[in-house]
Amino acid sequence: MEYLVFPVIFVLITSGLYLVLDRTLLRVVIGLGLLSNGTHLMLLATGGLLPGSAPIIDGTEAAVVDPLPQALILTAIVIAFGVTSLLLTLSYRTYQSYRTDDLGELHGRLDDE
Amino acid sequence: MTSNLPIVPVAMPLVAGTVLILLRDRLALSRAVSLLTSAAGLAVAAVLVERVRTDGIQVLAFGGWPAPFGIVFAVDMLSALMVMVTMVVSSATLVFACWSLDEERERTFFYPLFQFLIMGVNGSFLTGDLFNLFVWFEVLLISSYALMALGSEGYQLEETFKYLVINALSSTLFLLAIAVLYSLTGTLNMADLATKLPEVDSRGLVAASAVMFFVVFGLKGGLFPLYMWLPRAYFAPPTVISGLFGGLLTKVGVYALFRVVSLLYASVSFTLPLMVFVAGCTMLFGVLGALAQWDFKRILSYHIVSQIGYMIMGLGLFTPLALAGGIFYIVHHILVKTALFLIAGTVEKMRGTTSLKKLGAVIDTSPLVAALFVVAGLSLAGVPPLSGFVAKLMLIRGGLESSAYGIVAVSVVVSFLTLFSMMKIFRYAFWSEQAGPQSYEPGAAARTVAVTSLVGLGIALGLGATWAMPYAVLAAEQLVDPSAYIATVLGAS
Repeated sequence: MEYLVFPVIFVLITSGLYLVLDRTLLRVVIGLGLLSNGTHLMLLATGGLLPGSAPIIDGTEAAVVDPLPQALILTAIVIAFGVTSLLLTLSYRTYQSYRTDDLGELHGRLDDE
Repeated sequence: MTSNLPIVPVAMPLVAGTVLILLRDRLALSRAVSLLTSAAGLAVAAVLVERVRTDGIQVLAFGGWPAPFGIVFAVDMLSALMVMVTMVVSSATLVFACWSLDEERERTFFYPLFQFLIMGVNGSFLTGDLFNLFVWFEVLLISSYALMALGSEGYQLEETFKYLVINALSSTLFLLAIAVLYSLTGTLNMADLATKLPEVDSRGLVAASAVMFFVVFGLKGGLFPLYMWLPRAYFAPPTVISGLFGGLLTKVGVYALFRVVSLLYASVSFTLPLMVFVAGCTMLFGVLGALAQWDFKRILSYHIVSQIGYMIMGLGLFTPLALAGGIFYIVHHILVKTALFLIAGTVEKMRGTTSLKKLGAVIDTSPLVAALFVVAGLSLAGVPPLSGFVAKLMLIRGGLESSAYGIVAVSVVVSFLTLFSMMKIFRYAFWSEQAGPQSYEPGAAARTVAVTSLVGLGIALGLGATWAMPYAVLAAEQLVDPSAYIATVLGAS
């Protein structure tokens, strides 16, 4: 089962990296989103994607799923959500100030030296 | 034995920060609440240091879940010292901020963000769980993004965007490294990892996770070759915020590196030689970068990079003496570097610029500020009897005892170049002819008090090294031999 998820993780992380290297503000934000999603899937896969019951130990269970990675990615998703919204706000504010979403144009234009 | 003391340095800023959001428009009250919280935090941190010294490592297991299952706060001497020095500089910068920031910025939630930043920093120092460390990193980073962009002037937006993207990337890598470790060992408690990691069969994956952590903490700490974001980012915000970041934030990365290397990766073959090599390059390239600059704040920012090399040198040598020197250096650096940034802020308030070409003759109008700069600058370069000298002496002796002559030579050369940089600032900013007009800003007395207290502490740390040293040595011994840490954390209920 994990082997089906790994190609997805690969695609998400590589395309995320490609987008982060772009000059457009918005593409960088989307790239970071893809990157973090790939990482979250990776975290989920570390617990082993096996069929099993909920981890309630009452003596009758056969195989239980490791609940910890799910708790971890829940936290990580919330953090990624917060960071992404902050990043979007910042990009919009930057666009408002400089009327451009091209990082290449932004770069160095405020250098006073 | 279980006491709730370790949670207080985190809980107090959380409560204060939440209250401060509600007090947004009442600036006088906001200032009072912030200052009181920092002062109280300072007292708590002092109690914590003393408690660790007399009773040994303190562990707090949340919800009563024992160590490998629940989240724990584990406070050894290094953690306690870091919290202590955090509270010292946060109190000083807060005093400086209250009398130097413009009202617009103060109203835009400066005080709540400041408290949340301190909460994240303290949490990172205290936690004994790797994923929890990630969460605290995010708490402090998100506050720092907002603080860096506060006011949205000129430089700030562009630099904050870059700073945010770089840190978000390194956080992603942090999560990946955590995923690798969890898939190998099935635990994220650092003490538990320390016992389980040596038994893992696939050494390649352990080495890969080590490299990932080095990149993550190297980026946050500003190590060679990952420091490129630092000098520009720390130039952007108001000087008091740069001072706080320059003193504290990079040191959280350094602390995490100390913790992770000593507990998990000291036995991986390439770790320590790599650390020594990186330390040498960080020192050298940081100081060379500073030589090319003509701005007070930029020179100081490059020196942050250079100084971090010394701390990592202590880690790379990994003997009790060298590590104690590294820890002493961290404490010295946080105090003195913050003081230097605040002096830059004081000069900026007087002259409206930090460019060395436009400054001059500050010594004529404010000899006290010039004197403070001389003391702090000489301490940074390592002139006896100041605190920098003691730290460098320990590091160099540690290096000679381990026959690491290369890194010792680099560190001595870099000290001279640091002295040169400080003389350059003194020559152009404090001496020479007055170039710009003098502007009068209220609150100069309070700002000077903040700087003087930091510089005074730096002097005390140097003169009183005999009394301060046992703390650093104890912290170093706990790092070199983590068995007490592991036993205390895993044995706690």
